[in-house]
Amino acid sequence: MSTYYSEEHEWLTIEGDIATLGITAHAAEQLGEVVFVEQKDEGDTFAKTDEIGVIESVKAASEIYAPVDGEIVEVNGALEGNPAALNDDPEGEAWIYKIKIADAAQLEELMDLDGYKKLIG
Amino acid sequence: MSILKRTPLHDLHQELGAKLVDFAGWDMPVQYAGIMAEHKACREACALFDVSHMGQVELRGENVAEKLEALAPQALTTLPEGKARYAFFTNDQGGVLDDLIISNAGDHVFVVVNASMRDQDLAHMRAHLDGVEVAEITDHALIALQGPKAGDVLGGHCSKAATLRFMETTMADIAGHWCRISRLGYTGEDGFEIAVPEGGAEALARLFLDHPDCAPAGLGARDSLRMEAGLCLYGSDLDQTTTPIEADLVWAIQKRRREDGGFPGDKIIMEQITNGTSRKLVGIRPDGRAPARGGTEILDMDGHAIGIITSGGFGPTVGAPVAMGYVSSNVAKVGTPVQLRIRGKEHAAKVAEMPFVPQNYKR
Repeated sequence: MSTYYSEEHEWLTIEGDIATLGITAHAAEQLGEVVFVEQKDEGDTFAKTDEIGVIESVKAASEIYAPVDGEIVEVNGALEGNPAALNDDPEGEAWIYKIKIADAAQLEELMDLDGYKKLIG
Repeated sequence: MSILKRTPLHDLHQELGAKLVDFAGWDMPVQYAGIMAEHKACREACALFDVSHMGQVELRGENVAEKLEALAPQALTTLPEGKARYAFFTNDQGGVLDDLIISNAGDHVFVVVNASMRDQDLAHMRAHLDGVEVAEITDHALIALQGPKAGDVLGGHCSKAATLRFMETTMADIAGHWCRISRLGYTGEDGFEIAVPEGGAEALARLFLDHPDCAPAGLGARDSLRMEAGLCLYGSDLDQTTTPIEADLVWAIQKRRREDGGFPGDKIIMEQITNGTSRKLVGIRPDGRAPARGGTEILDMDGHAIGIITSGGFGPTVGAPVAMGYVSSNVAKVGTPVQLRIRGKEHAAKVAEMPFVPQNYKR
């Protein structure tokens, strides 16, 4: 099991050909208090850099961009009733999607934890 | 990029861990602990806001109030000493140049204008107020204490504050600082705006913040509070192309001015008071949880464009998204179902009564 990070402040934990996707604690901190999450549906496919959801905080709306090509195989429905979970546990319970990765080679373009830590300084 | 201006409370903001942002050229706190908590503090206890970026102006001369009446549709010659009034400058088309607070301070008129409109308003007054000295006050901070406990927080240091009612203003000593205290604000709550000499601003803010019911709050909470209170933000809900009648501000134009005119755009505004307007600023409540931000298109149930959201977001006290925007007057009735196009998708909403939370002024 390994975790990758994107420049758009998402994390991606891989188990086999399925990845769990969420936003990083740093991103959640920057967003402020989350009040609404708009998610795509199970079965939706997407390409890298596609908008695959929106997180609305008290302050503003922020898009979630796909870090790789893939398909949504599971949506974390708990976020609809409890969007604040994205502030409480963004890298755990408040995952956003489970996705099937189309091209594992794209993972090489993402960062590991050390790389991401450098990005956010 | 120019260097951001700093208020006398800038060091304190940093010490308190504020997140600072550029607001109209000023380095201002958008939040400290979090917008929700700060919003709640203001509704339930007392929030302290630094509003020193707003323009403070003193007008002196003969018949200042009468001359101001030529720029604004408010009754100012009859404004008693010690009273403040919500006002706006209009243009010849009846549009709003800025909204402001005008106070009769006895030997002068005290005016507070929006930070973003400071220079424009100063130029406007200097150009049009003949024989009036227009003095910008740059050596005073402006601190707002807002919330149901604001009277307790201030009252402990200034007994005179308790005698003020809503929209009254006075000079008074607060812990050794000679301040102008006005009982007003822009959150929908009871509270005060305090103009304090800059050298004493930080000490005074610290004194207030020592009170267990007083917490610092930033511009983020200020925006959600004023939205819930149904108060217009200049540049979003009001501008040169919106008339005060369209913006539902007819209550702020006193009877004599409605009847006699004598201000820029008076014919248009008086005609609109009589015959109504084709569009109107209304409250909007989305049925779902998705906030509708400024710029969101408003559609009727058949999908025809009928207006636009000018301010919107999440209302922490309401516990749901709230918004305001202009719609065609024939769909402006409270309860009318409408649709909001958010990111290409239609979301159900209704025209709603404003304010979204009851105002809590000390009248």
